[in-house]
Amino acid sequence: MGEKANSCLERWTGRVRAAAAEKTAIRLRGGGSKDFYGQSLVGELLDTREHSGIVAYAPSELVVTARCGTPLAEMEATLAENAQSLAFEPPHFDPGATLGGCVAAGLSGPRRVQAGAVRDFVLGVKMINGQGELLNFGGQVMKNVAGYDVSRLLAGSLGTLGLIVEVSLKVMPVALAEQTLRFDLDQEKSLNLLNQWGGQPLPISASAWAANSLHVRLSGAAAAVSAATAKLGGQRVTPEESTAFWLGLREQSHPFFAGDAPLWRLAVPATSAVLALPGEQLVEWGGAQRWLRGLGTPADQSIRIAAEQSGGHATLFRADAAQKAALGVFQPLAAPLGRIHHNLKLAFDPLGVFNLGRLYPDL
Amino acid sequence: MSTDSAFTVPRFAVEKQRLLAQLREVLPALSLLVDEEDLRPYECDGLMAYRQLPLIVVLPENEAQAQAILKICSALKVPVIPRGAATGLSGGAMPHRDGVVLSLAKLKKIVKLDALARTAIVQPGVRNLAVSEAAAEHGLYYAPDPSSQIACTIGGNVSENSGGVHCLKYGLTVHNVLRVRGLTIEGEIVEFGNAALDAPGYDLLALMNGSEGMLALITEVTVRLTAKPELAQVVLASFDDVTKAGDAVASIIAAGIIPAGLEMMDRKAIHAVEPYVKAGYDLNAEAILLCESDGTPEEVAEEMARMTAVLRQSGASGIRVSQNEAERLMFWAGRKAAFPAVGRITPDYLCMDGTIPRKNLARMLIAIAGMEERYGLRCANVFHAGDGNLHPLIMYDANVPGQLDLATAFGGEILELSVKLGGTITGEHGVGIKKIVQMCAQFTPAELALFHALKRAFDPEGLLNPGKVIPTAARCREYRLTRSAADGADNASVNAATRY
Repeated sequence: MGEKANSCLERWTGRVRAAAAEKTAIRLRGGGSKDFYGQSLVGELLDTREHSGIVAYAPSELVVTARCGTPLAEMEATLAENAQSLAFEPPHFDPGATLGGCVAAGLSGPRRVQAGAVRDFVLGVKMINGQGELLNFGGQVMKNVAGYDVSRLLAGSLGTLGLIVEVSLKVMPVALAEQTLRFDLDQEKSLNLLNQWGGQPLPISASAWAANSLHVRLSGAAAAVSAATAKLGGQRVTPEESTAFWLGLREQSHPFFAGDAPLWRLAVPATSAVLALPGEQLVEWGGAQRWLRGLGTPADQSIRIAAEQSGGHATLFRADAAQKAALGVFQPLAAPLGRIHHNLKLAFDPLGVFNLGRLYPDL
Repeated sequence: MSTDSAFTVPRFAVEKQRLLAQLREVLPALSLLVDEEDLRPYECDGLMAYRQLPLIVVLPENEAQAQAILKICSALKVPVIPRGAATGLSGGAMPHRDGVVLSLAKLKKIVKLDALARTAIVQPGVRNLAVSEAAAEHGLYYAPDPSSQIACTIGGNVSENSGGVHCLKYGLTVHNVLRVRGLTIEGEIVEFGNAALDAPGYDLLALMNGSEGMLALITEVTVRLTAKPELAQVVLASFDDVTKAGDAVASIIAAGIIPAGLEMMDRKAIHAVEPYVKAGYDLNAEAILLCESDGTPEEVAEEMARMTAVLRQSGASGIRVSQNEAERLMFWAGRKAAFPAVGRITPDYLCMDGTIPRKNLARMLIAIAGMEERYGLRCANVFHAGDGNLHPLIMYDANVPGQLDLATAFGGEILELSVKLGGTITGEHGVGIKKIVQMCAQFTPAELALFHALKRAFDPEGLLNPGKVIPTAARCREYRLTRSAADGADNASVNAATRY
């Protein structure tokens, strides 16, 4: 580790210890690309971008280790030079997005169904807990069951358990061939098809339905992609259009996401029928992720109730502060889970330093 | 609660008769074992070198009975040791002398198999292979395939985050489980994960995988099913040098290929297996690699051509590609029978389980050869090379005084070297009691303290599988004292291995 990096960590551990002693809150932030996500932003800012850079990367190990402040774009560029990538296609939402923020937010992009989520790729972390201790969990290897899987627990914890200072991620080779297909179909027919295709050995790496148009992306060996293209039919989308489409979906610059209406994210079983909820819908992940927004979106808990009844949950993904305060951002937890969450917060951050209330008001 | 210095497991003051009386009220007679002859089969798991009779064994027939048991045990402060098929190799299911073994053997129903959703809801006592067998008619299967898949159960797989020979491409148990339903030690029902791809709040589902029965009792699991590939083919490559074989593994990955399986066996393992299975392995080879491709016929043809080209360039002395399914299964049969095959040529063996960065595979093999000399024991090596996961099989004879201790020390040295080479003391078999001492080598006191705090977040009284996985601070202080005395010698051996 570089001298500069070392001194940064020393300062950070000192700062966390001081904050714990004085009972003051710290707000962890990288590029601020996901400030909109979650509940309140409380505390004195700790800018994680100071601790930046790739620490280790050997393509034949399929692992990259980098510091929390490393720009996601820089990491992806380095991986791309070796025909590798972060297979979960993390959204950036801003050019300044960092690796630490990516893992803490736990958001995955279009390839999630085929490749897995952020947490599936986290192999190890170096972190600072709420007492200012520098700790290591997991490692740089694919299989590791020594102790509890703290590294994966941190993915999606929104910085409430500690400051992630370094992460090791599994990386994957870029697919040799790719082809996007477009079909004019309504949502019900699209969901049926996607679920049927999902049970067949097809190289489907992404899907999106909106406004009676279904896009399906195939990725894999050239032979597999061309065989599947022939089998599925549909209209072939040009490579340029395809890249722009999936990027627009990942970054939510697709027209569906334009405007200020609240945006709900419903995670439901892929086989759930079309959700009879007012507002427009965009369906991803083979039916497992459904976005809802627009005029007439109910401003009560009926969306959460619908998500729960189908076996999943709903997140108020983008909304103004008043709407977030009224409805809460994340689905409330059942009592025993709530208690375990509270106890875990105390185990990692006993004096309540990090990102208070960002995930749930009492964490 | 006091500590028994001989075993360093916490002790509990349990009133057996009172406990029994309460358990009899909630369980049928056949679900409660108390006589020594009935308890004997439960005295150990797959780590047979360590045995301990439990106080009582309970076999609930449903979740409600399991819940009643936990309520009684937590009220009376009685330790509970969950148990599946007990194929575990690290003593994770070893009983506690003051405790109840809670066997999930009777919870063995496949509750629901949804072919369209590609999921199966199963009880924890369902065998791994039974899930794939039930899914086969829909062209689906459950991807994680540990060697013990005929016998091991899904509940145990979740507890150990089990792998298998296909995890580089298809993931570990944690990547193939959508939901775990369970009971806290107080008997409350909890659901980790759900029917969707993620759940609100912390990823407790990830935490349950590999938690070795320390956090909650599993009563139901939703697993993800995968579409069965149309075709699978395997290439069997021989090498006259282990370093070349190790480098070939790195070269395959560097070429952008993710094989469906990538396994390595050394000379001793080949010579144990071949007479037993007659898989057609090259007896002149120093190491063999099994490298599998699966997918559509076109995809497999394309990938096999690329893989064989890399293997040739890496200096393989022989290459055989399976020509049909029977031959593919024969090539695999040798690898899958490696443990029993070694069992035939030695009275006893210890199966180790470390993981190291792939680039250090050859270095580790050379170091193990040096250890064989020093300990005077043989070691056959079977690797999940694609994952860098090692299974050295240290051969010994328990009837020769001192040999178990020697084998244990040998294994400990392999694990400590795994940590030094940037790896871990366990890839997929778990810590249990077997590697609890090496946890002190891998983690600092502050990290271990956090593990203890995490455990208390689920189980404040420390009643679920006590004394496993996370060593006490006192035990690690003792470990560090003895290691620092031996450290000079230890470093010398690592350096010697490097120079070799």
